[in-house]
Amino acid sequence: MQLRSWTPSRRETMGLGLTAMLAAALAPHLVMATEEATAAELKKLYGDKPMAQGKIKLDLPEIAENGLVVPLNIDVESPMTEQDYVRAVHVFADGNPLPQVVTYKFTPQSGKAAASVRMRLAQTQNVVAVAEMSNGALFTAKAQVKVTIGGCGG
Amino acid sequence: MAIKSKPRVKAPSEAKAGEIIEIKTLISHEMESGQRKDSTGKPIPRAIINKFTAAFNGKTFFEADWFTSISANPYQAFFYKASETGEFTFTWKDDDGSEQTASAKLTVA
Repeated sequence: MQLRSWTPSRRETMGLGLTAMLAAALAPHLVMATEEATAAELKKLYGDKPMAQGKIKLDLPEIAENGLVVPLNIDVESPMTEQDYVRAVHVFADGNPLPQVVTYKFTPQSGKAAASVRMRLAQTQNVVAVAEMSNGALFTAKAQVKVTIGGCGG
Repeated sequence: MAIKSKPRVKAPSEAKAGEIIEIKTLISHEMESGQRKDSTGKPIPRAIINKFTAAFNGKTFFEADWFTSISANPYQAFFYKASETGEFTFTWKDDDGSEQTASAKLTVA
């Protein structure tokens, strides 16, 4: 039996080089991004108030080929009446240089606490949503998106 | 960068009372994040639309504060519970202080 050692082909070598270059070019942005930044933003908004899981449906692609345009649909379960509605929804991207993505303010006239937007994701990361109900209760949800930057790094 | 083109709005023109309708909006804007550098290595200053507001007959029912993570040419879809005939007003507020608006009529049968 013959043992063959693996030698990268020319194309593979180039691919590796490109990946390394891309990683180096993006690195300064990546280090700025932290989960702590999201936590700090949340603390500014709501202090140390407890948050429950649930109520929020975060509709995100599992894999985003283009980090520049990632569709984000969010839907919060609520009757949306004068007595009981979703007052605000905040969305954060843990791995972006600045974690804030969008803050929605809803009213009972919104009919549905749902909205769609397109966002930028700098890298594979968690997207965090927090919903504030009209009675002050907080709910949170999290989803991970794998980002293939520009279709080149992957 | 100032707003360059007319925003686009897709909303039904008729609805039944109590019906929840979806409204879709799109505006052309670079949404410069302030994170990029130009060819000389100088940071490009942030210039985005930071607020979108939707009102019906003058009453605001939906607001979105956009941050730098929002994609260029921002798209925003949201809902409204129809109750009376009137007019929607949509407002986009730019970092530079300028504003762009669009409107749409709704008839409630």
